[in-house]
Amino acid sequence: MKIHEYQGKAILREFGVPVPSGDVADSPEQAKAIAARLGGRVVVKAQVHAGGRGKAGGVKLAEDPAGAEAAARQILGMMLKTPQTPPEGIKVLKVLVEEASPIATELYLSMTLDRGRGTHVAMASQAGGMEIEEVAASHPEKIIREWTDPALGLQAFQARNLAFGLGLSGDQFKAGVSLILNLFRAYVDKDCSLAEINPLVVTRDGRVLALDAKLNFDDNALYRHKEIVALRDINEETPLDVEASKYGLNYIKLDGNVGCMVNGAGLAMATMDIIKLAGGEPANFLDVGGGASPEQIENAFRILSSDPSVKAVFINVFGGILRVDRLAEGIIAAVKKLGLKLPVVLRAEGTNVEQGKKMLADSGLALTMADDMADGAKKAVALAKGHKP
Amino acid sequence: MAILVDKSTRVVVQGITGKEGAFHAARCKEYGTQVVGGVTPGKGGTTHEGFAVWNAVAEAVAKEGANCALIFVPPPAAADAIMEAAAAGVPLVVCITEGIPVADMVRTKHFLASTQSRLIGPNCPGVITPGQAKVGIMPGHIHKPGDVGVLSRSGTLTYEVVGQLTKRGIGQSTCVGIGGDPVNGTSFVDVLRLFNEDAGTRAIMMIGEIGGTAEEEAAAYIKTSVKKPVIGFICGQTAPPGRRMGHAGAIIAGGRGTAAEKMKALQEAGVTVVKSPAEMGATVAKVIGA
Repeated sequence: MKIHEYQGKAILREFGVPVPSGDVADSPEQAKAIAARLGGRVVVKAQVHAGGRGKAGGVKLAEDPAGAEAAARQILGMMLKTPQTPPEGIKVLKVLVEEASPIATELYLSMTLDRGRGTHVAMASQAGGMEIEEVAASHPEKIIREWTDPALGLQAFQARNLAFGLGLSGDQFKAGVSLILNLFRAYVDKDCSLAEINPLVVTRDGRVLALDAKLNFDDNALYRHKEIVALRDINEETPLDVEASKYGLNYIKLDGNVGCMVNGAGLAMATMDIIKLAGGEPANFLDVGGGASPEQIENAFRILSSDPSVKAVFINVFGGILRVDRLAEGIIAAVKKLGLKLPVVLRAEGTNVEQGKKMLADSGLALTMADDMADGAKKAVALAKGHKP
Repeated sequence: MAILVDKSTRVVVQGITGKEGAFHAARCKEYGTQVVGGVTPGKGGTTHEGFAVWNAVAEAVAKEGANCALIFVPPPAAADAIMEAAAAGVPLVVCITEGIPVADMVRTKHFLASTQSRLIGPNCPGVITPGQAKVGIMPGHIHKPGDVGVLSRSGTLTYEVVGQLTKRGIGQSTCVGIGGDPVNGTSFVDVLRLFNEDAGTRAIMMIGEIGGTAEEEAAAYIKTSVKKPVIGFICGQTAPPGRRMGHAGAIIAGGRGTAAEKMKALQEAGVTVVKSPAEMGATVAKVIGA
């Protein structure tokens, strides 16, 4: 799960990681008031779940409260388009107004999981403000890494290694070590999957500050973090994603026109692949899960058919825990309620497949049956193009 | 011959009084697996749907000689269940549970390193040696005894390849689902090593997916050490970057972990890489001349 920068900074503040003073606004007037309270120059930053905001015009410097108001008026309501947003952009509903920090140096600091080693890694680099992937590719020696002991966590000597590696000295070194240890504490306590500060800055008046904050959270751990769940912003998600998550369906909207409904993440990805190999484009990833109920199947079918770009649906199920008769029950219920406006291709195998196929045949629904995955994909792609399979 | 589980496997099911645990314990027993009972703390001494229930895994080990634990405990307590099984000296722990927090698995993996236990999963379908033992949630009837080893990060996609193999009359030595989580107990390399040493395995079908570098590590191992033919498929060739495709581990992050990279690494290691998931069975047949 992702949160906004202003929410991330509030968490950092709570853990003793210094961040610039500031507050969030959803109107130009509010932005003006915050700027007046802060005094001096301020930065007005669009709050969307995507990086690259500066280049896209989502971050503006203002000399005074009136300037902050004008900047907020420009940014609020705009469709911000960055390489990380959907093509149409994301509508900006909130801005963060904070003191403009006089920057002396820009650094990089992050913590995340190292899957290969099965533990957490803290990374630091003097190449702050740049995309860390680019630094990793072009100058891997510029990134310092400290892997944590899985049981004991990040130790002080490791934080010192990172702070030295960042080129910090004197008071800033001390501040840096404490910031690194505090960030790790936040990372662990909140079950983050990523805590990234890019840039971490040393200001001209000698402070060490997290100028940006990107905190992502482990979805599997959200059950023990109600306070994080409360930060969810459904404005950042597509309406179909939100709808799918209500029913425990794993749905991701894509750009194609062949809707697919599959049980299991691996088979769902493979189904997208085979649609592409058959000359089509998948409209979505949809995993109904191993043990989907007829109700979940019904809702999945409804969500798929409500996507206007979907021209045909390919249901590909290998029944294990999810029995094919229960799948059939869900499909029949959905079609009875919603009607069958789209061509649907069904490929089913596995537990209770004969029973399920008989139920579908008896229901009189005009489904196109497929013998196997390849056959199903071919038929669905043809139907999406308006051809007879 | 087979790997990990066989006729001598004696399974204790953790979380046996839950809906999933009870259902699958019965399916495993029907298949012929020796299920010696289950564990639900606080319900020891009772029976549940014909299975003996203990309070602790150690009791099942002491009284019934359990040598394999199959875990259906819900996510908040699953990591603890894994550690309990390992501490009780169970050599093989299979964890089906989906949704365990990553931080819990980091600690659990560290704990396991100081024990003799091997963990399969979590978030996996389990392990089956067709005709001998089914320790997991896979539909038993689609399998057939034989000599092709199957390993995968995905559940239903494994059923898909097994279905394709069985339809062609090609049986399987053992099928292992290592799970779709970013931190798991047993890697592709671990299972490849076992299949490579297993006299009952003639060829290996490996199914990977986007995210992480487990397939690249497998490719490096295959290149230097695996003497048997390996057929590979990577799902997620069309997955967009930055989105988690169901499995917590299936995400292309920072431009790494793409299917193209993984397919290239496997090809360079001499693996026969299948592009279409519909051709997995046919390709195995071609490679082994069946």
